[in-house]
Amino acid sequence: MTTTARRTPEPGTWLGIPVFPKAAKQSLQNAEQRKNLAHATGTIRDKRIVRASEVPEWEELRTAAAQIKDRVGRHLDQYLLQAEAAMTAAGVTVHWARDAADANKIVADIAKAKGVDEVVKIKSMVTQEIDLNEHLEAEGIAAWETDLAELIVQLGHDLPSHILVPAIHRNRSEVREIFVKEMGQYGRPAPDGVSDNPPELAEAARLHLREKFLRAKMAVSGGNFIVADTGTLVIVESEGNGRMCLTLPETLVSVVGIEKVLPTLADLEVFLKLLPRSSTGERMNPYTSLWTGVTPCDGPQDLHVILLDNGRSNVLADPEGRAALRCIRCSACLNICPIYERVGGHAYGSPYPGPIGAILGPQLRGLEGANERALPFASSLCGACNDVCPVKIPFTDILVHLRHKVVEHKTAKHPTGEQALMKGAGWVMADGKHLATVQKGSRLAGKMFGDKWIGPLPVPLAGRWLQARDVEPPPTQTFRQWWKKEHEGGAK
Amino acid sequence: MSAREEVLRRIRAATRDVTEKDPAVDVPVEWEYGRPLGTVDVIADFVEKVEDYKAAVRRCGDGEIAATVIEALRALDAHSVVIPAGLPDNWIDALRDAGFELHSDEPVLSHAQLNGIDAVVTTAAVGMADSGTIALDHGIGQGRRALTLLPDRHICVIREDQVVSDVPEGVVRLTPALTQRRPVTWLSGGSATSDIELSRVEGVHGPRHLSVVLVG
Amino acid sequence: MSQPHVALFATCITDTMKPSVPIATVKLLERLGCKVSYPERQTCCGQIMTNTGYWDEAVPTVKNYVRSFGEYDYIVAPSGSCVGSVREQHPMLAKHAKDESLAREATAVAAKTYELTEFIVDVLGVTDVGAYFPHRVTYHPTCHSMRIAKVGDRPLQLLRAVRGIDLIDLPKAEQCCGFGGTFSLKNPDVSIAMATDKARHVRSTDAEYLVAGDHACLMNIGGVLHRGRSGVKTIHLAEILASTEEAAA
Repeated sequence: MTTTARRTPEPGTWLGIPVFPKAAKQSLQNAEQRKNLAHATGTIRDKRIVRASEVPEWEELRTAAAQIKDRVGRHLDQYLLQAEAAMTAAGVTVHWARDAADANKIVADIAKAKGVDEVVKIKSMVTQEIDLNEHLEAEGIAAWETDLAELIVQLGHDLPSHILVPAIHRNRSEVREIFVKEMGQYGRPAPDGVSDNPPELAEAARLHLREKFLRAKMAVSGGNFIVADTGTLVIVESEGNGRMCLTLPETLVSVVGIEKVLPTLADLEVFLKLLPRSSTGERMNPYTSLWTGVTPCDGPQDLHVILLDNGRSNVLADPEGRAALRCIRCSACLNICPIYERVGGHAYGSPYPGPIGAILGPQLRGLEGANERALPFASSLCGACNDVCPVKIPFTDILVHLRHKVVEHKTAKHPTGEQALMKGAGWVMADGKHLATVQKGSRLAGKMFGDKWIGPLPVPLAGRWLQARDVEPPPTQTFRQWWKKEHEGGAK
Repeated sequence: MSAREEVLRRIRAATRDVTEKDPAVDVPVEWEYGRPLGTVDVIADFVEKVEDYKAAVRRCGDGEIAATVIEALRALDAHSVVIPAGLPDNWIDALRDAGFELHSDEPVLSHAQLNGIDAVVTTAAVGMADSGTIALDHGIGQGRRALTLLPDRHICVIREDQVVSDVPEGVVRLTPALTQRRPVTWLSGGSATSDIELSRVEGVHGPRHLSVVLVG
Repeated sequence: MSQPHVALFATCITDTMKPSVPIATVKLLERLGCKVSYPERQTCCGQIMTNTGYWDEAVPTVKNYVRSFGEYDYIVAPSGSCVGSVREQHPMLAKHAKDESLAREATAVAAKTYELTEFIVDVLGVTDVGAYFPHRVTYHPTCHSMRIAKVGDRPLQLLRAVRGIDLIDLPKAEQCCGFGGTFSLKNPDVSIAMATDKARHVRSTDAEYLVAGDHACLMNIGGVLHRGRSGVKTIHLAEILASTEEAAA
């Protein structure tokens, strides 16, 4: 740790969060969080369904969005160069970053060159991904989150647990407690007697942040879209904190993943119809800002865009997995996911939780880490995410593909017990004769148990099933035998 | 190798399997751009959707704009008003006569000054009915972006002939401004958040009150 | 139409663990005028291997499926999940094995493979199968029937026509029961949390029976219901549709 005092609240850390199955078990024991998540995801699911069903051409829009994103991904070098040229012509300084370290250094260097020791931030997944705030803190620069949920997470010394609503795991009384305790240490305190009524909490945030907005000299944002042919950047938001950051400071640095490019302005019509309805369940988000380089006498006069790879080219390199790069970070897959609903975001071990985290994380970061190898299995393959995704990411196909890659990765070094089991199953299922032989065992077990259901047993694997479920005893006669008896001779 | 060269090299290696060089041929997009919706009454739809965001909508004829703006300002208890360059003189005269404290942005108002002013009155560029969205292109009568951001009340005057059925037509109408590199801001109601328990709260950092005057 | 000749794909799990399901399927299809065959070579759709990531190990099941069923016009299984796997995964596995001719065959056989209710409603054109089941029943649609096989409301069309049935809506019916094949072993705690919630919703309906088109899901939910001594029984869709007034008398 640094010896000097921190400028911003010390956040939680992803380090030390165990692999998914263990982390999930811990999360499941947090009854308050489970209640908060069930309530919040239930609310947003219903809203999304209403708003999607208002649009008659919803399926056509999804198809178009998937096609536009695929077009961009497959020709990404062309579109990036086009975007770079357009932005440069409009007065933007364009930077390229191989990884988090590159991007963090560029942001810090710009801040130092400008002589600022604090920046205001718009909620951005990509800066969570690269852990920008902590990098800036280490350089003596305070990064203030201005999105309400990010503010709750930052002041709560916490970690984000959702793409859109990072504080979804917190309820109103927890938020009030955090504001009352922490706001005063980092600026204007929460008003005396503030209640846990959300409008009052929003007002507390408005007052706390207003002074930061008015004095800020530099802002950092992400970006929802970059239009390649004009160099236009687009940010969608709700609270107006985004507009504050994009309008008031003299310098604006936007860190944008290389997959965020769209070919033309016209393509915006597709995404601006899909995103808000999928995301917050609104017909349109309150504010969308579009800017094309520097406008004299209006907004920041020094604009920077950092085009970030950080593993995205790895994702692109896998033809089966690259559809994950279509993602527009709407979070519909999290909200619908029965697993996310129960375990929350922290269990996934990175800022990208839920189904998108399970397919994107292992591809961005590779399979060397144990959690990256566990994430593709953090799904029951129920497929609910496939159906709600506005860019039609085939989640379950990619999950199964990544499971195969994990198996190849694991068994490349040495054979595993699971592999032996699966090889055995493969042999049994290769021929009905093999299956019939094995079925003798189940019939024998059926005779042993009689009518008695099987209860908890301290045995490997099966014990995991039996800890909560009884099992009906196997029958003494398989269907195969019944058929033989009933239909003498059977089929050919 | 520079980061730029390195990233481009990785991307090209990652997309080696793509043999067709023309993106439009490689991945056709099955979508007809810029289509209007078949909405029977676009204006009624616009009013309904804007009001659904808890924004007030007042409708008036050409001769009643100033009076309606004054009514909207009074309803929101506004006393001081920012006047963007290019707002019609007769509106400004009427506001002054009605006793409002008017602030012009010439010379440029500081952020602190803007923050202390109650309201801003602007025109608009395009209205999109289906989503209840108003787009500003920050042209004449709309002012630079900070003007419609820091004051807490925004009275926005839009003509019926500026309202289109849906987002695709809206994007078409905004394309000239965007290609001229003008900033564009879309407003759908006042600022809002759903960050606490996903229940919607109207009014956070942006103007907490959007009041629309629809002229037609 | 002339008498349809159906090859029954019994599925390994009900063949071995719950023969009453394929037996009911045979009786139902015969009652509806079909000739039913059971190719004895058949085994399994292979999805337990495929979905656990063991694709090489699953390829023999694809070959065996094609050999077992290739010659039939209609292949019918009482499981949306197994049918979904045959349709969606078999061609993919064949391509993985770089076996183009197997991929062609697998695609062709998959196109002739029907989930039971699809076959009854779409091919036989029947929605009232003449069943009788005088009980209070709630229906869980199962994820793979709904989202992979895409059986739609066909099961409900058939259930609504059953005489005597009292069909109750299941709250949050569309949510997964938490089975997920080896998911239930790799993430046992989440799986149990999901199954427990599903069982709670089932109990809230006061139904006597929980019905579904996939036995694996019924094993999962039924196992929790039995552990909780709830008294709610599980039953496969085929078993209700095969029940008749004569059999009940």
